Amino acid sequence: MQAADGGNTIESVTIRTPNQVRVTFRGPFDPAGATTANFRFAEAAAPDAPMALEGVKAEGRVVTLTATQALHATERYKLEVVDPPISRDVFPTAWATLVTLFLSSALINNFVFTRYLGLCIFFGVSKKRDAAVGMGVTFTAVMIFTAMTSWAVDTFALQPLHLGFLQVLVFIGTVAAVVQFLDTMLRKTHPALHKSFGVYLMLITTNCIILAVPLLNAQGKVSAIEALVLALGSGLGFALALFLMSCAREKMELARVPKAFEGLPIAFALAGLFALAFMGFSGLDFFR
Amino acid sequence: MSETTERPPGALQLLFNGIVSENPVFRLALSLCPAVAVTTTVANGFILGVAVLAVQVLSSLTVAIARGVIHPRVRIPVYTIIIAVWVSAIDMTLAAFTPSLYAQVGLYIKLIVAFAIIISRLEVFASRQPLVPSFWDAVGMGLGFMIALMVIGALREVLGSGSFFGIVLFKTKPLLFFALPAGGFFSIALLMAFFNALERKLTGGTAKPAAGGHHG
Repeated sequence: MQAADGGNTIESVTIRTPNQVRVTFRGPFDPAGATTANFRFAEAAAPDAPMALEGVKAEGRVVTLTATQALHATERYKLEVVDPPISRDVFPTAWATLVTLFLSSALINNFVFTRYLGLCIFFGVSKKRDAAVGMGVTFTAVMIFTAMTSWAVDTFALQPLHLGFLQVLVFIGTVAAVVQFLDTMLRKTHPALHKSFGVYLMLITTNCIILAVPLLNAQGKVSAIEALVLALGSGLGFALALFLMSCAREKMELARVPKAFEGLPIAFALAGLFALAFMGFSGLDFFR
Repeated sequence: MSETTERPPGALQLLFNGIVSENPVFRLALSLCPAVAVTTTVANGFILGVAVLAVQVLSSLTVAIARGVIHPRVRIPVYTIIIAVWVSAIDMTLAAFTPSLYAQVGLYIKLIVAFAIIISRLEVFASRQPLVPSFWDAVGMGLGFMIALMVIGALREVLGSGSFFGIVLFKTKPLLFFALPAGGFFSIALLMAFFNALERKLTGGTAKPAAGGHHG
């Protein structure tokens, strides 16, 4: 935003799906400037290739640009105005980013059904619904703790000291320490809770999802709040998968399964069907 | 944690044990995540198999050598650290020498550190047996895992992309389904059922259904 002398400045820019941009100026906008040549709107990744604008409409302080292609509330854009001369980056709202991150980690990139992680626990604990719910809850809670601790260790220790190659070693140590800490805390402060969830806690220590979340966070160099949302989404996605699977497996006890398929093989086939269903979530865009 | 007094089994028996009768994927049902995740092609299965084989052998040897020094009370953390060290080493080696394959399976190679199969072999075998049997046990288990991954990979690559190790076999439209996530689950279900049926045939239907234990 450059406030030219006596010139007009932009108050806010919002993306209105599917293909409109709403620009609000601080002062009244001269309708004569409402031409497609007066505005340049481009993706932040490719600022030199502005997209074609279909129309520009000025109403008092509000100018509405209509693009010929679809716009996304979660993308970054760059807006330039020739007269008055203004250049401005359009960031997605934090809310849109976080909701997208949450949905994508819980549903679109569900750890069990599209990334195939945590399968051992997934098949081991999904026989009974109670156990599945208990595991899901414990898992989500531990995931948040370990993800935040590992994020802090990565951001404040490993990255400044260029110790990236120690990631695996440090993260598994962090995870083990956090789980041990939670176990001790829970046993002393909430013995009843520990009695029902303690057994899952120990199973969690060497689980691949619990290690995958810190690794993915470190790979994506996310911020603290994004790490939190990613952990929450992943944990809830895993809990959802466990719950669905346990319901289906309880029903399956009544079914007559071919002898060779008894036990794990039929559970794998069932997981395959769920994975097919979860493919329906790919390409899901909440803000379209 | 006491030393076993019986004579350790021979090399051939240990190899057979790891590859066939206690195959980590099909028989013990351990470390299934990568078995579904990276087996879209034979090459991917192969590289992860090599990584697991290397980590298994190296950490088994380390534990077999150091077993007199490791205090039983702290053995699990020590095993974890030993595995993590070797995983980091293998991870960097593969990243340096096979960057294109590594790009596809990198995350899963880091996750070898959480594989139940490796730590269970350290706990069950390498911590109680001398160096040589531990080596053969690790080689057997590692090869068993690698072969299992390559069998699944072969099934999925032939059916899902119509090729084998990247060589095009037939040009008709392949069954994309087997290359998709869901296809991985179904391929393993089919293969496990096949091995169960095979065992029932061979043992006359007396064997208990396999693939019972699932941990970590």
